Amino acid sequence: MRSRLWLELSGFTLLALAVAALPRFISDFRARELAIVGMYFIALIGLSILTGYSGQISLGHGAFMAIGGYTTAVLSVNGVYGHQIRDLWTIPIAGVIAGLAGLLVGVPALRLSGLYLALITFGIAVSFPQLPKKFDHFLGGTTGKILDLAKPPFGLATTPNNWMYYLTWGIALVLLGAAWLLVRGKTGRALKAIRDSEVAAASSGVKLATYKTLAFGISAFYAGVAGSLYAIANAYVNPDVFPIILSVYLVVGLAVGGLESLVGLIAGAGLIYFLQNHADTVARWINQLPALNLDPKQPGIPSMIFGVVLIVVMLLLPTGAGGVARRLFGSLTTRFYTRS
Amino acid sequence: MLVAAFTWAELAQQLAAGIREGAIYAGLALAIVIIYRTTRVINFAQGEMATFTTFIAWSLMNHGLSFWTAFPVVLAIAFAGGVAIERVVLRPVENAPVLTIVIVTLGLALLLNGLMSVIWGGANRQFHGPFSTRTIDVGGVPISVQDIGIVAVSVGLVVLLALFFRFTKLGLALRAAAVNPESSRLVGIRVGWMLALGWGIAAVLGAVAGMMIAPVVFLDPNMMQTILLYAFAAAVLGGLDSPIGAVVGGILLGVTITLLGRYVGFIGSTLKLPAALMLILVLLLVRPGGLFGRVAVRRV
Amino acid sequence: MILELHNVEARYGPVKALHGISLRVGEGELVAVLGANGAGKTTTLRAVSGTVRRSGDVVFAGKKLSRRPEATARAGIAHVPEGRGTFSELSVWENLRLGGYTRRGNVKHEARRVFEFFPQLESRLDQQAGTLSGGEQQMLALGRAMMARPKLLLLDEPSLGLAPIVVTVIFEALEHMKGGDGMSVLVVEQNASLALAHATRAYVLEVGKVVVEGTGDELRTNESVRRSYLGY
Repeated sequence: MRSRLWLELSGFTLLALAVAALPRFISDFRARELAIVGMYFIALIGLSILTGYSGQISLGHGAFMAIGGYTTAVLSVNGVYGHQIRDLWTIPIAGVIAGLAGLLVGVPALRLSGLYLALITFGIAVSFPQLPKKFDHFLGGTTGKILDLAKPPFGLATTPNNWMYYLTWGIALVLLGAAWLLVRGKTGRALKAIRDSEVAAASSGVKLATYKTLAFGISAFYAGVAGSLYAIANAYVNPDVFPIILSVYLVVGLAVGGLESLVGLIAGAGLIYFLQNHADTVARWINQLPALNLDPKQPGIPSMIFGVVLIVVMLLLPTGAGGVARRLFGSLTTRFYTRS
Repeated sequence: MLVAAFTWAELAQQLAAGIREGAIYAGLALAIVIIYRTTRVINFAQGEMATFTTFIAWSLMNHGLSFWTAFPVVLAIAFAGGVAIERVVLRPVENAPVLTIVIVTLGLALLLNGLMSVIWGGANRQFHGPFSTRTIDVGGVPISVQDIGIVAVSVGLVVLLALFFRFTKLGLALRAAAVNPESSRLVGIRVGWMLALGWGIAAVLGAVAGMMIAPVVFLDPNMMQTILLYAFAAAVLGGLDSPIGAVVGGILLGVTITLLGRYVGFIGSTLKLPAALMLILVLLLVRPGGLFGRVAVRRV
Repeated sequence: MILELHNVEARYGPVKALHGISLRVGEGELVAVLGANGAGKTTTLRAVSGTVRRSGDVVFAGKKLSRRPEATARAGIAHVPEGRGTFSELSVWENLRLGGYTRRGNVKHEARRVFEFFPQLESRLDQQAGTLSGGEQQMLALGRAMMARPKLLLLDEPSLGLAPIVVTVIFEALEHMKGGDGMSVLVVEQNASLALAHATRAYVLEVGKVVVEGTGDELRTNESVRRSYLGY
């Protein structure tokens, strides 16, 4: 156990160093891309706590990201009593609001087993975009709300994109550390016990209701922070910024990253970004295959590739990239939940 | 809250519209229930499968076939497609945890959705249905021929399916494989093929729902996205296990949502979807098995 | 010989349950398998019907037998497993129809025969099988198997938990079937004296191996069998 701790600590330090050093070697545009990868990473950490550790499925995390994004937009554009809040300070508030929404969903989720929960959260993902349309003077309707462009605070001499990079990855590292402490500690053990057998966990005195709801809340907090950062980087929010499919993409990222591997999730986050924004590159790769001639600019390509990746990953390596790494390094058994 | 002027004639019209909506939900909900009963899987790709087959119908009609000639061809393709999907994609994860299977059907939905955009483009298309949109007078209430046709086709399909399950040997074998796969093998039923058959039937139901709704909305790759959610809601409402429940749940949901949208100003047309969600959430908390389903007891 | 097992092994995951069993069932024979709990009696039946992973040769009616249960059923083997394997959610009549699943055409004739043996079933055709009494369920299980007109019937503990009078009815039906139709029966039974009274031959298993075999009468007079399984 000790050696594992050291391994994880040194891994974390290496990651932090890499994050800090990377902008020296990459262009401003790449820094922006990596910032967005970082946001998906944050959302995926949250989703992993929920699904990988407490065994609850959410197909609606895109909606929690949207709640975070809209919170930031409302606070920094509408403001509170006409007093606009600086974007940076809206981030924790966005997280908390999304977290509260998560707790709210977590309560009925207690009484819903796997499939029903998947259905309900899917329903949340599908119906959330209706809210901005309904409350259009407050949330901006389909056109959305325009935020101020992100700029470094305290007169820091860095570009906006580099600033978003440092901000996102700084937060990501803090939240990764927090998640790591959480899953290593009592809460993590309780969550895993619940995932493996609710009945057994309850019989050994784990408070099911508390922990399952808590997992939902924490997980939604992460998604809210990610959504808030996404809104700041984008400088606008509307229902298309957080499309229904985002929730599904997050599940793809989680599946690829491995359900309970916190670091493997970086790969999952990278994949979400890459497939959405560089699908034309992938289409050109695919066109290398004989008898195929896809139009790289086709809007359906990312979705198609996501679908294929998802199915192939599930069929060939159901524990995801993190699971494969773990098996290669031969530590810990990879358990998977059973059908209820 | 402003409630629009009320007339009985309009209520009757709204009811008819609700039943038509409900008939579509019922068709798709039935597809979901049949797959759930035979394989314990919720098929998140059901909507995309339906839209895909509707696009095939559109292509055939574009090549000069009439709706009713294209109809059986499309159903045959849908059936073969459903069977093939189960054999190729679902079979390998048959015994996997529920999460894995959910993710696989999501992947299938993404794949089909992308494929539709690539083949047919993302634009809205007009789909010419078999029924006229002319209205006729039914006891003083103007109802469109299309609405009557949609309901009639859906009801006909449900009746056919009920007869199939109740009175044919294959229908009986399908039910047996769903409730007790081990014993089914012992009497010589090829259970694996029954599961594939379930997917085939579900795909056919979806195709019919798609071809019925496409003339009402427009045909595009995301046509079924919200309808699928209503269908899920309908299936849960009736109890995921119960085919009758799916049909009743579909009609009930269609009527409720239409009336809420028309007469509750706050809900209007934008909040129908969240309203449906709240409805099933409340129902699940009160009656976890749905209206017609059985509640699985958790054993300690 | 209708059924021959040569050195058959079977395992549940890492646990080996059969360590090389060889046995034979002749046409029209009723062969009993006796033994203590965990000796591998049930597993022997499951190895034949293909409901457990097995290795070794199983020859049925002169041909190598498939390892898939649906294929063994189609070849003419009816297995009434532990817990009877009826479809408790379905009606009695539906259960019987499923029993005749592998037969083409009308199964009315087979059904008539079942009702001759078990008239109770005929009056309960529309009742859910799960609501029948234990004895009726065992009759239904047997009736379900008869519907297929099998060449070989595998029967697991038919007397378990039943009233003696029901057991008599069931074993009388078995005698009729093997006499009249030339059907063979391989039966696992805890009640050794009952089994030996009806069996042409019998095998005694201990920890996954055959330790004694012989005709019903031979085993009844065998000293160690008498002491261990007959209790006198």
